[in-house]
Amino acid sequence: MRVLHRQKFSRALLASGTLAVVATFAWAGHSSSASAHAAAKAASASPITIGVSLSLSGDFSADGQAYQKGYELWATDQNKAGGLLGHPIKLDVISDASNPAQVVTNYEKLIGSNRDQLVFAPFSTLLTIPAARVAARFGYAMVGGSDGGPTVFSAGLKNVFDVSIPVKNNLVTFAQWIASMPKSKRPKTAAYVTVNDPFTQPQLPVAQAILKKAGVKTVLNKVFPAEATDYSAIAGQVAGAKPDVVILGSVDVPTVSAFVHVFIQQHYNPKAFIATSGPDQGQQFINAVGAGNENGIFVPNGWYPGFRKADSQKMVKQYVAKYGGTPSGVNADVAEAYSVGQVLTQAVEATHGFNQQKIIKYLKSGVTLNSVQGPVKFNNLGENLAQKTLTFQWQGGKLDQVIPTNSPGSVKPLYPKPGWK
Amino acid sequence: MSGTAFLEAIIDGILTGGVYALMAAGLTLIFGVMDIINIAQGIMVILGAYLSLELSVHFGIGLLPGLLITVPLMFCLGVAIEFFFMRRLHDEDRTKMSILVTYAVAIVIEGILTATFGVNYQQLSASYVNSSVYVFGFYLPDIYLIGFGMAIALLVGLYYMLYRTKFGRAVRASLQNRTAADLIGIDVNRVRTISVGIGVGVTAIAGVFFGATNAFNPNSGYDLISRLLAIVILGGMGSIAGAMGAAVFILVINDVVAAWWSPTWAPIVYFVALVVVLSIRPQGLFGRAAVRTQ
Repeated sequence: MRVLHRQKFSRALLASGTLAVVATFAWAGHSSSASAHAAAKAASASPITIGVSLSLSGDFSADGQAYQKGYELWATDQNKAGGLLGHPIKLDVISDASNPAQVVTNYEKLIGSNRDQLVFAPFSTLLTIPAARVAARFGYAMVGGSDGGPTVFSAGLKNVFDVSIPVKNNLVTFAQWIASMPKSKRPKTAAYVTVNDPFTQPQLPVAQAILKKAGVKTVLNKVFPAEATDYSAIAGQVAGAKPDVVILGSVDVPTVSAFVHVFIQQHYNPKAFIATSGPDQGQQFINAVGAGNENGIFVPNGWYPGFRKADSQKMVKQYVAKYGGTPSGVNADVAEAYSVGQVLTQAVEATHGFNQQKIIKYLKSGVTLNSVQGPVKFNNLGENLAQKTLTFQWQGGKLDQVIPTNSPGSVKPLYPKPGWK
Repeated sequence: MSGTAFLEAIIDGILTGGVYALMAAGLTLIFGVMDIINIAQGIMVILGAYLSLELSVHFGIGLLPGLLITVPLMFCLGVAIEFFFMRRLHDEDRTKMSILVTYAVAIVIEGILTATFGVNYQQLSASYVNSSVYVFGFYLPDIYLIGFGMAIALLVGLYYMLYRTKFGRAVRASLQNRTAADLIGIDVNRVRTISVGIGVGVTAIAGVFFGATNAFNPNSGYDLISRLLAIVILGGMGSIAGAMGAAVFILVINDVVAAWWSPTWAPIVYFVALVVVLSIRPQGLFGRAAVRTQ
């Protein structure tokens, strides 16, 4: 009886399994044919052009080119899904050579001369402010992914939005984690050095205030110029002061790499080392500092390639399929750019058109939007306040989410930092 | 600032100055010989770094032995640039036009490097890049010590070539009076071609030391050129020893101001120092006239 019952059960399981498989294939077929239908429909409609000025050369070229890949990936995906309101998307990309003067000319051209229907923001806080002023003159919304510096939101612009976390609070979770350590384990001294860039400089005083309150003494506090080509003097000074924690305000890989090499040469290894940008650049960061030396270095961000979100994981797979490399080599710029596209798509679809004023009004309406980086909800200034800052750390060749320690997906931070290789 | 930090900043400035002197040597040599301001010097340093990277990654050839290949390669590039671009410039407007021509050369080299290597940052590695020696309480990085030694050796070598060899006499003769040099049988075009070849060739050495101490991509050359020009102008355009002296002077000022006051003020102070020195000695620390008649 039990055997017969088991056979019946097995048969029922088999039948339902077969049905499920058939249904899945049927649904997939329908879905893929629906998607193909949408794509075909979009291809026949007139294209919608989105203009963007990107730093394809100059200081921000590595970020600018990663952004271009992110936008292209989004446009490809969105075109497969039917484009924007049935119109195929065409990107109109021009290079600004990382130059704030060139970016103004570029947006004059994109909006005034090329008559692009939508625009994306350029890379960086530095370039977005002049670009957003041009866009504001034409009444255009300017959505970006790397324009979260406080100066963007205090410039009195009503048309600017950043889908990423406001950078001012980037170091807060890290500083709070240090401050929460038991007194016996907590670092006693810290050094704060930063490049004079509007993206990174405002982040350090916030962290310094938290650590000071927790009794961590400041032994060095210096700002260096963005045009610096030689960091050995300032990095040597940090090494000479031997702080337990180094907080470095950086905007690129070479700055962090120079500090790492000087620290190794000076036989100095801090207990904790965080840099605001650079360690998030995947494989090129490892190439620069030397394999193994990345171990234990922290970086704040809102996204990483292992981010446990379905559309993020899909994007990473597509990136690797299209551009090669490994998932850990996909840098956060790609996700930021992709998120910009996603947010603008939702605004266009919700407002049923390309009217800039309606798009701006919708984005400021308090609605929560989706992106590969997580939720997006703008305040009246255009800051995204829906996401939490996360801190990542290189562990065994992988960038892992570590802080907040109780956040889903976090692994235990390495502290104190392992020695240099 | 403590005495130790002050001394450390001076040592750091001297050692880093050696690496900058290596980068500026080719620039000053080419100007000295041809009155050409080579705006492409920065990107040539980067090209030298990429060539070393390729030899190291794909053929396992160390950075210093690799110079036996990269220096001749860069020499050939210099010869080609002189033949195809610089020789076409008329004597009367050569210096002005050279800025445009060499800028174009820089753009072309940057484009080729970007197409070949992409814009991801790279850095050269070797066992001596991160090691250091402990002397009287200071860690002196091996890479900078080697770079400084190479700079001294290179500058002595170039000096010897210019002032103690027949070729050097031909170079200086064609500088002073091209027609007279022609009349006494000097092949002026050949002299100039070889001189530019040497100027670009030695840049390969600078590329190794820049690439080992800095992460670089094809755009990294632009940040270098303003500082290299400042070094060459301060040292006296065309003066090899002046390039070394000026590089050390600028870097020591930079590092001491950065340590004692603020890194933000360091470049401002050394540019002010540059203006002050030039207002007293417009010909630079080692004047060009003196260089040519030595």
